[in-house]
Amino acid sequence: MKIVVCIKQVPDTTEIKINPVTGTLIRDGVPSIMNPDDKGALEMALRLKDQYNAHVTVITMGPPQADLILREAFAMGADRAILLTDRRFAGADTLATSNALAGALRTMEYDIVFAGRQAIDGDTAQVGPEMAEHLGLPQVSYVVNLDRKDDNTLIVKKETEEGYQMLEVDTPCLLTVLASANKARYMSVAGIVTAYDKEVEIWNADSIDVDEAKLGHKGSPTKVQKSFAKGLKQAGEVYEVDAEEAVGIIVSRLKEKFII
Amino acid sequence: MNFNLTKTQELFRQMIREFAEKEVKPLAAEIDEQERFPAETVKKMAELGLFGIPVPAQYGGAGGDNIMYSIAIEELSKACATTGVVVSAHTSLCVAPIMENGTEEQKMKYLPKLASGEWIGAFGLTEPNAGTDAAGQQTTAVLDGDEWVLNGNKIFITNAGPAHVYIVIAMTDKSMKTKGISAFIVEAGTPGFEIGKKELKMGIRGSATAELIFNNCRIPKENLLGKIGGGFGIAMKTLDGGRIGIAAQALGIAQGALDETVKYTKERKQFGKAIGQFQNTQFQMADLKTRIEAARLLVRSAAFKKDNGIPYSADAAMAKLFAAETAMEVTTKAVQFHGGYGYTREYPVERMMRDAKITEIYEGTSEVQRMVIAANLYK
Amino acid sequence: MDKTAYKHVYVFVEQRDGVIQPVALELLGKARDLADALGEKVVAIFPGYKIADSCQTLIAHGADQVICIDNVQLKDYLTEQYVQAINQVIEEYRPSIVLLGATTIGRDLGPRLAARVTTGLTADCTKLEISEDRELWSTRPAFGGNLMATIVNSTHRPQMSTVRPGVMQKREADATRTGEVVNFEPKFDESKFRVRLIETVKENKGKVDITEAKILVSGGRGVGCKENFEKLEQLAEVLDAEVSTSRAMVDAGIMPHDRQVGQTGKTVRPNLYFALGISGAIQHLAGMEESDFIVAINKDKFAPIFNVSDLGIVGDVNKIIPLLTERLAQELKK
Repeated sequence: MKIVVCIKQVPDTTEIKINPVTGTLIRDGVPSIMNPDDKGALEMALRLKDQYNAHVTVITMGPPQADLILREAFAMGADRAILLTDRRFAGADTLATSNALAGALRTMEYDIVFAGRQAIDGDTAQVGPEMAEHLGLPQVSYVVNLDRKDDNTLIVKKETEEGYQMLEVDTPCLLTVLASANKARYMSVAGIVTAYDKEVEIWNADSIDVDEAKLGHKGSPTKVQKSFAKGLKQAGEVYEVDAEEAVGIIVSRLKEKFII
Repeated sequence: MNFNLTKTQELFRQMIREFAEKEVKPLAAEIDEQERFPAETVKKMAELGLFGIPVPAQYGGAGGDNIMYSIAIEELSKACATTGVVVSAHTSLCVAPIMENGTEEQKMKYLPKLASGEWIGAFGLTEPNAGTDAAGQQTTAVLDGDEWVLNGNKIFITNAGPAHVYIVIAMTDKSMKTKGISAFIVEAGTPGFEIGKKELKMGIRGSATAELIFNNCRIPKENLLGKIGGGFGIAMKTLDGGRIGIAAQALGIAQGALDETVKYTKERKQFGKAIGQFQNTQFQMADLKTRIEAARLLVRSAAFKKDNGIPYSADAAMAKLFAAETAMEVTTKAVQFHGGYGYTREYPVERMMRDAKITEIYEGTSEVQRMVIAANLYK
Repeated sequence: MDKTAYKHVYVFVEQRDGVIQPVALELLGKARDLADALGEKVVAIFPGYKIADSCQTLIAHGADQVICIDNVQLKDYLTEQYVQAINQVIEEYRPSIVLLGATTIGRDLGPRLAARVTTGLTADCTKLEISEDRELWSTRPAFGGNLMATIVNSTHRPQMSTVRPGVMQKREADATRTGEVVNFEPKFDESKFRVRLIETVKENKGKVDITEAKILVSGGRGVGCKENFEKLEQLAEVLDAEVSTSRAMVDAGIMPHDRQVGQTGKTVRPNLYFALGISGAIQHLAGMEESDFIVAINKDKFAPIFNVSDLGIVGDVNKIIPLLTERLAQELKK
């Protein structure tokens, strides 16, 4: 079984704060991490490696610093790592990103392509399904569990708003995974020690099978017109009083507002 | 000269910090309160290979270095000093002497199981009448045919009980004084070897600390570690390495207390502003931070020397002395900054203060460290 | 590209077991605004099986035309079946704008469809407007809700966006509205159907839709444990409210994910929102700050939740809640 896992390096958005005076983002010192849903996808792939001796390749598109999450993937147990990096990929929206990744995947062999459901810096949940379309693969998104039925079929559990669905999907296929699907393993100490001895393959736009017009800024239908920090609404009154008095204040305010 | 961690060491720090934050910290108060050994954490650490960090891969270890090992102890202890000492006593006091003095057979027999964490290790040197003066050993080992027969008691032994493998120091020829001391490997369950009473301690209350009792305990002849009469040297060298671990533990406790205090003094308001805004707070905190960084450099420097085969005995002693006293100072001030809350168990700083104290005592008191440092100065 | 060849605002109407999802009606309401600004029509794309009877509902909520795709292949949502059907509608009708709900279905369908027709898709928008040059401006949160970005697609058609449930407001049904219903017959390529539904399981146990609640009693880390959440349940019962929560409590396994408010949970805008022991991480605020009236109780007076609350109380939630429950029970009996 051959597996490719698409991962992304993202700023840890839970660490981003807003400057209360200027209303701008404070990005300094915000750590870069492997996107949580992608880590869930990698864990799912590594469990298939544990169980069926699957070969796991991780691929990421990003700046040279994204090497770090590939080392992390090695230390967790990935067999092969590819870094897609090229100025020609810059400025890509989800469609152009999916075209680049699909272009890389066209040159590879796989039974399952995994991706995280969405990245925490964009939260779009688009790149996985878009890649599946470019590659003509059946897709299941929001996957939380997976079993192998036979050589060509998987049984997957997809989370929905109301519960879940059990679906049967033919391989090769693309699955997008939730971070909550599993508890991703930590890097092992031995894996860390050897992570930098392994080779991360560096690919550029010439290494992949895609029309260059579909890449980067040129290949992106959507553009950011403007971006701005979200203005916080004006704070209301705050009281530091004992519990009895607090209850009195709450009840009277709810009455004033005709809520009760 | 390069003060940066390598990429590998950085990656390791990222992992261990996350592990400590998510898996170790949530249990710290509970295991202290219940005075129980953190068996579930030990199992998790074993899976990651944390019990064999500096053990070469051919013996089932991770093949890491002592810098990584010191980072592990620091980060674990930042969250929970008990968890830190479980790994430290195992690695520095049991795995290291086997690695450094064991025969190939002994290494193949013990290291893979110790490095994988299947077996935990401990070290028995201290006796009721031989603490700081380790030469006064009263435990004896007598060769009888193909077996050594051990008699005597060891006290204050970390990991006693949960451990499977014990390095035991005993007198094989009293007339030779320190040159008549030898080291042995004793496995749990050997007839005549029992774990005595568990100590009730002020701090690191989750770590198992107990007495080892040897009553005509017979172990195979091949369980002698190193040469006959080489035990004192092994013990002293083992303690040199152990001091890096304890220094890292103290450093972690100090850093943990500082982090808690920064958080608290940012939030806590008195006289209309956060107490962290007062210059008195800021100046004291700046001093504590400076001491911690100095301690960290001493720890890393000692670990670096050990990794590179440079004599490090005095460095380890200075690291331990300074880090332990820093931990005591930082935690004491951390409790003070927390005021009444700091004295309650609602905040972790009181636990950290109790935990810090042991670092000035075990594996050589601060006075012993000064003796070691001075001995190097006047040799 | 000749953009004038693309007209009208289309809405993908999501149904499950034949029940039109609230988000579809919310989108029709918003599509109405956009179409009016453009002087164009609102068209509902309505795939499903045995759904024809519901077309009038869509007209009553703002559609001028309903493209009803009533086909047994579309009984349950499956990506490829739905993409084929809707792609054929897009090819034939050439919409200017296509809106989808950002549900698990819309977020699965949207990108696949956008890639097939080769156009851009803006996810999880919180604001949609028509610019002076008649482009769709879609505004959405990024960086975990820390930043808002306005996205345009001026080179490709249709312009596609998804909108999270609860963000737009549906219009009151107007039974007197009239509109046209068109039945659309898609041609399926069944060789591409490689995902099969085995079963759909609804976990009804304790499942409620917190986005529908008028009052939410939301508890976070400060509430702490399961037993304390029972106190919240009691308060909720008195107010006829639902209990919701923050991510921390879901991660801790104390509350289920379907009760989570925030960036990775649900967006809510109830009339009254109690934020109890919730510090107010930006990710949480993103999901609830549009609530009409926010009451926050937190031990830490610097908690960011007090920046968005209308009424803030610095104190111990676990002490205040039982008293408040008792007092409100008396008040409401009157």
